[in-house]
Amino acid sequence: MKFVKWALAAAMTMSLGLPTAHADAPFKAAWIYVGPVSDHGYSFQHDQGRKAVEAALGAKVKTTFVESVPEGADAERVLTQLARDGNKLIFSTSFGFMNATLKVARAFPDVKFEHATGYKRAANVSTFSARFYEGRAVLGTIAGKMTKTGVVGYIASIPIPEVVRGIDAFTIALRKVRPDAKVKVIYVNSWYDPGKEAAAAKALIDQGADVLAQHTDSAAPVQTAEERGVWCFGQSSDMTRYAPHRLLTGIIENWDQYDVAEVKAAMNGSWKSHDTWGGLASGMVKLSPYNPAMPRDVVAAAEKTRQDIIAGKLNPFAGPITDQSGKLVVPAGKSLSDAQLLGLRFYVQGVEGNLPK
Amino acid sequence: MDHVTAILVSVLLAAAPLLFAALGELVTEKSGVLNLGVEGMMLVGAVCGFAVTAHSGHAALGILAAALAGMALSALFALLTLVLLANQVATGLALTLFGVGLSALVGKPFVGTPLEKLPDLPLPLLSHLPLLGPLLFDRDPLIYLAALLTLAVGWLLARTRAGLVVRAVGENPEAAHALGYPVRLIRFACILFGGAMAGLGGAYLSLAYTPMWAEDMTAGRGWIALALVVFSTWRPGRLVLGALLFGAFTIAQLHAQALGLAVPPEFLAMLPYLATILVLVLISRDAARIRLNAPAAIGKTFHPDH
Repeated sequence: MKFVKWALAAAMTMSLGLPTAHADAPFKAAWIYVGPVSDHGYSFQHDQGRKAVEAALGAKVKTTFVESVPEGADAERVLTQLARDGNKLIFSTSFGFMNATLKVARAFPDVKFEHATGYKRAANVSTFSARFYEGRAVLGTIAGKMTKTGVVGYIASIPIPEVVRGIDAFTIALRKVRPDAKVKVIYVNSWYDPGKEAAAAKALIDQGADVLAQHTDSAAPVQTAEERGVWCFGQSSDMTRYAPHRLLTGIIENWDQYDVAEVKAAMNGSWKSHDTWGGLASGMVKLSPYNPAMPRDVVAAAEKTRQDIIAGKLNPFAGPITDQSGKLVVPAGKSLSDAQLLGLRFYVQGVEGNLPK
Repeated sequence: MDHVTAILVSVLLAAAPLLFAALGELVTEKSGVLNLGVEGMMLVGAVCGFAVTAHSGHAALGILAAALAGMALSALFALLTLVLLANQVATGLALTLFGVGLSALVGKPFVGTPLEKLPDLPLPLLSHLPLLGPLLFDRDPLIYLAALLTLAVGWLLARTRAGLVVRAVGENPEAAHALGYPVRLIRFACILFGGAMAGLGGAYLSLAYTPMWAEDMTAGRGWIALALVVFSTWRPGRLVLGALLFGAFTIAQLHAQALGLAVPPEFLAMLPYLATILVLVLISRDAARIRLNAPAAIGKTFHPDH
């Protein structure tokens, strides 16, 4: 049981924590994850970051992690425990840990915190996130080239700006290639329910979708795509083995360089509270290898989109952008600001259905 | 396969794991035992079925292992509640917690391992029937097994002496004991059957529905199965109806979204539960009949010497 697992982990870190730190003692850093590190998705990728820190700094650091921490009061207890154990930098890797992180940070002003995907900062709390939508713009370009029916299915988790941003960036890029294409969206109301995600994938295929994108964490949709013979994109980690013939590519999160840089900064005293929102250029967002079955012109188009975004020549949210009703929201020459993107709450033209309010 | 058939097939497949687990729990409850560990037993069945199939390459062995694993976990429950007279509700809840953790531990090496889907097995002649053929007789073997077991359980419980004895044990264990029936042995057998069925339900998820192992992959289906048993008023026929209804609304809400209907997805996600409750309340609004069907001694521990 999750509770038991993290309680045990917390107890272990407690017993390991010796408050008497020597000058030559290793720098202690800790990570807490919302899911199990074995999820091969979000938490797994954050743990890769921890491993990268260990690989880069060796005996100079001592890392600890606690997995499957429920959001809310439990997170607060785990964070407090880790701070008491002498960890000087703590990566709090889920949006739902935000308030707990801020609260514990106030109680431990000499401990530094790195909160992923949140928006509240303090003198000792930094935030970091990735511009996944940049990767989704590349996927949209590929989808526009690959779809025959012009109907693309999108399995979404819950209607929050992060997810809406992905849908919009994907759709804008899709319709640049295929102006008449439509995106059908199904929310499964969960980040993780393989059965429901598979059923959603089937429903979209039954309604004519011949390319599937997903913003949920399990490999069930790509598995369904492989079985039914439609194209698909992976999420969070490389899902190629679940759909070797049908997975075109996918978005992979990569925190390695960021985590190493922050730990180094904390060690040499140059750490400052700041906000990082990195995309393809920073390496925070990567793509899994293109499927060899992808035609060369499609690979070329995808690479062009990717390189243009990296070079800053292409902004996935550059105008003109029209909303579903056909109203011009962003005129040509303008683009959505980061603040607007963070609170994005409308569908662009080409997305079917209403955005749940 | 046309669209309507494809949608109906999705409904059938969504209902299958629920039917397995609920049918087993129905038999357990008919014998007067409430086992709330269904979710845990499903997960252990799912992971063992997956592990054995992945290792041996034989799905049949995997299915057998899933049933045995579910049974083993339910045997633990039986030991605690029948022999040591532990409280059934608390023990069942503990069994779920245990099953969730155990399956995660056993499944660790299998996260991210792909597996060939359980192949469909078209039945000769029957699969060529118009309409029904592609819907019912071109499915994987576990679907046929679910159908056969439902018929068998329905018949055994209602029409045979063995079924009568099980019901008697669930109605009035003292009387059954006085008549010379081994109450605890009968309950033990029913608990084991429930465990095996929950294991099969789990295996359906990890071998056929979404052939993979992922922590917590049942996502609450064990609890839905438990609810279905109560709402079906302990009748196998209605259980099938309930499971299909639940599956139908799950699939329908997904299609409604893909069609772009202006309904909040949160409401649609709620709909299967709401509809299942509503329909089953309607068909079982006769309170006297429910009392007639509900095992009178459910949840109560029994000891022959007390």
